[in-house]
Amino acid sequence: MNIENAAKILRTVPREKAFYFFTSIGNYTGESASSLKEFMEKINSVNLKSLEFHLQRGDFEKWVNEVLQDEELAAEFRKIQKANLTGEALRSQLHATVSRRMKHLTSQIGLSRT
Amino acid sequence: MKFKNNTLALDTTDLKILEVLQEDARQTYTAIGKRLGIAHSTVYDRIRRMEQHGIIKKYTTMIDAEKTGTKNITAIMTIYTDPKESEKVAEKLCMAPQVLEVYTSLSEELQIIAKVVAENQESLHTFIANSIAPLHGVLRIRTSIVTKKFKETQLSIANDPKKLTLIRETYRIKEEKIK
Repeated sequence: MNIENAAKILRTVPREKAFYFFTSIGNYTGESASSLKEFMEKINSVNLKSLEFHLQRGDFEKWVNEVLQDEELAAEFRKIQKANLTGEALRSQLHATVSRRMKHLTSQIGLSRT
Repeated sequence: MKFKNNTLALDTTDLKILEVLQEDARQTYTAIGKRLGIAHSTVYDRIRRMEQHGIIKKYTTMIDAEKTGTKNITAIMTIYTDPKESEKVAEKLCMAPQVLEVYTSLSEELQIIAKVVAENQESLHTFIANSIAPLHGVLRIRTSIVTKKFKETQLSIANDPKKLTLIRETYRIKEEKIK
């Protein structure tokens, strides 16, 4: 992956392209993420119901693929979806996956963030 | 029918005309006149003036959506907003064709209550996620999908007995004084 692609994935997207966390159809939690970094942070704090709702619908995969244009992370989410994880195990798995991806991308553009 | 502070004050004849129109807006001026015992020209004049003053907003058709075969779903959204942004959020909601009614309500927090229709649950969710949640000032949203409708009607002049009684009483007293 080149620096440009990594920077593109890590960019902050406009409000209308952000990810909005819902717990069920039409029930918005008030939490949103406009970047992968923010998304990773929100995974740690958002209602578990929301993580289960979006993963099962394939919303995470769709957002990182279509908005952030990160096919690799989208594929990782697909794998997690198939693993049928729930609760805190799901939260940990999602966070670890996004965190790993963040580290890889930041190292690509020489911005080592811990 | 009188003017007070540039607004139209309705009398019992106007209210009776409105009552009759709400039952069936396709009735002719003559039919309404016959029913109320007044000239059709009076009916015409009063309806025209009530139209001009926005008391009669429009003539529309109530459709039984179930009988047309369309299977839309209806939902009631409660949108919690930042008070500074609530007017703008409400105005944006009003612009969306799938939003049928919009109200503001002040309980513990400022809320906007809206009635919305959608083809199915997925399109409802897409609309809320893509068009409502991103609006500035939206704090969170609660949505209830309607499962069964027990009643749906418009506020009728006939349904507002207090208003009618009050107006009738006022006119009765005036008429008695004249006598």
